[in-house]
Amino acid sequence: MSRSYLPHWVHWLGSPPNFYRFAGALRPWLFWSTLVLGAIGLYGGLVLAPSDYQQGDAYRIIFIHVPCAWMSLFAYGCMAAAALIALVWRIKLAEVIAMECAPVGAAFTFVTLVTGSLWGKPMWGTWWTWDARLTSELVLLFLYFGVIGLFNAIEDRRRAARAASLLALVGIVNLPIVHYSVVWWNTLHQGSTVNLFGQSHISADMLWPLLLMALATHLYFFASVLNRARVGLLAVEGGKDWARGLVAESANA
Amino acid sequence: MVALVQSETTVQTPGALTAARALLRRELLLAWRRRNDALFPVLYAIIVTALFPFALGPEPQLLARVSGGVLLVTVLLAMLPTLESMFRGDLEDGSLEQMLLAPQPLALLALARIAGYWLSTTLPLIVVAPLLALLLHLPLDVLPVLLAALLLATPLLALLGAVLAALTAATRRSAILLALMLLPLAVPVVIFAAGAVAAAQSGLPHSAPLLWLAAALVLALVLAPLACAAALRIAVET
Amino acid sequence: MPEPSLNPDPLLHVRGLAFARNDEPVFGPLDFALDRGETLLVEGDNGSGKTTLLRTLAGMLPPSAGEIRFDGQRISRDAIAGRMVFLGHHPGMKSDLSPCENLMFLSGLYSAREGVDIESALARVDLAAYAHTPLRLLSAGQKKRAALARLALLSGELWLLDEPYANLDRHGIELVNALISMHCARGGATLLTSHGAVRFADPNARHVRLELGTESTVRE
Repeated sequence: MSRSYLPHWVHWLGSPPNFYRFAGALRPWLFWSTLVLGAIGLYGGLVLAPSDYQQGDAYRIIFIHVPCAWMSLFAYGCMAAAALIALVWRIKLAEVIAMECAPVGAAFTFVTLVTGSLWGKPMWGTWWTWDARLTSELVLLFLYFGVIGLFNAIEDRRRAARAASLLALVGIVNLPIVHYSVVWWNTLHQGSTVNLFGQSHISADMLWPLLLMALATHLYFFASVLNRARVGLLAVEGGKDWARGLVAESANA
Repeated sequence: MVALVQSETTVQTPGALTAARALLRRELLLAWRRRNDALFPVLYAIIVTALFPFALGPEPQLLARVSGGVLLVTVLLAMLPTLESMFRGDLEDGSLEQMLLAPQPLALLALARIAGYWLSTTLPLIVVAPLLALLLHLPLDVLPVLLAALLLATPLLALLGAVLAALTAATRRSAILLALMLLPLAVPVVIFAAGAVAAAQSGLPHSAPLLWLAAALVLALVLAPLACAAALRIAVET
Repeated sequence: MPEPSLNPDPLLHVRGLAFARNDEPVFGPLDFALDRGETLLVEGDNGSGKTTLLRTLAGMLPPSAGEIRFDGQRISRDAIAGRMVFLGHHPGMKSDLSPCENLMFLSGLYSAREGVDIESALARVDLAAYAHTPLRLLSAGQKKRAALARLALLSGELWLLDEPYANLDRHGIELVNALISMHCARGGATLLTSHGAVRFADPNARHVRLELGTESTVRE
């Protein structure tokens, strides 16, 4: 297979020991910037931003809910992209990254659902509502569970990663279909559901903390996936020399 | 000696359609040999449907209101056990290896296999559907819409489920895994199929969701066998 | 001695072939070539990777290293389509169907040898009396012979046989040897595995001994 059209650093990064060191070096930067930006964003959202005209202070949960919702979809996109590379080119690193995106994405989805539920209680008096977006998020959570479950059910790690990658790709085709069908379903059964997200215009005071939180969650996602990928790589490459060398180094240190 | 080898290589291998027909014939023959097994999904559907009036109360209006949805979900659930073991037997007795090594496209063979599955396992469910509809007081004029929805939804679910069955063929506890994986795929199918029935029941136009199902079915007929073939190749690498 | 083939390329040529699962080496690296009219016996204890080797040669498993060439070309689905017959560990047949029905299915997928039909193939493996009995009612030896009928029926230059002698009595073993000799005489090539309990009858056959994860040599 011809790889001449890829830049040199992609080849370099694709090698497991190089990736391991690179991700390790990047890790503290990503984590600290996540903490700093997250702290500023939360302060801006929870303290500085004014109360909403209609919803009072309860709306503030959007500063966690919305970025997490965005990340739950972004994580799936990353997973599907890595899955495609893993299936077509059988690159070990892509397999590892695809599989490690799944739990992180599932966590974001879970937080989205919980915060959505927490928002629903003061607003509509109910812990759960079959709102179009929440329902789509629930289905997304099941998609993640399916990928994670399938990956853990097969003994051979590489074969497991490829099977779960195929499932992830099937899921990404399904995702927009699910969303559209749930929206249609909501309109069909009018009056038995509520729309959690009203037509509110977001003011600048609320926008900048939201965007900052979005950035912070992105950074957290990368930090988390890179960290998990390092561990995943070790699990797959355990027999190789570079991995054993690392263990010897830390034993001597 | 070499001349004999030459004549061997010029013998024509059977074409794709011949192979697909041969596989379909084998599947139907197998289904006939094990025809008692085909009874199980039907029995399951009847039992579950019969339990609902005991759970909800015998009032006809209430039952009629839920009948379309209950029937669709029941048929889906009845398909699960047979779906889960679709490729397990083939994997265990080596038939899957032979299918993989066949000169014909694996996707086409997979499609023939799925068609055999649908004809032998799910068609009896559709035949029994009017009886189930009767038990739940589904209005008679809605019955054609229900049957149309079932005729579109069940092959769609069979195609999607086959991909998942191929992925889980080599794993244990695959029943739980399959159900988990199937739910997100089944949600749109159930929404549109049950939605069509509900719309028809309310006197609203119901052709749109049925057309959506038909479009999805056509798409799945093309794409699902390809995904299924890829999954089968992964499954055989045990 | 089989006649030398006109085609200079060996039917099967393997270079540096290795397979690893979860980074554990299963076999290799292996180098050997198989010409038309030759038979290669791969011996090894249980668990030495014989079945994995055969499945890799058949194209079912991707090798971790090395390459396989079939008739001069890299092995691919199109290259081997219809030119190989594979007999795996499992019979590859449906136990609810009779040998006749199973073979009918196979002849829908593969081309049959000229002048051979299902009846004569079953007669060749001494299964004519049970042609219409469902496989699950047959003994292990009979099931094996039903699977072997495939070799008599289908055309294919390369035979990959995994433990063809398993479950067979002396008569069955002679049957297998007869099939293989005839295949060689026709210019076909055979690669078979055995765990060493049965010696191949043909003194001209070459042996490869496989040990787990080590180099192996070809004994002439």
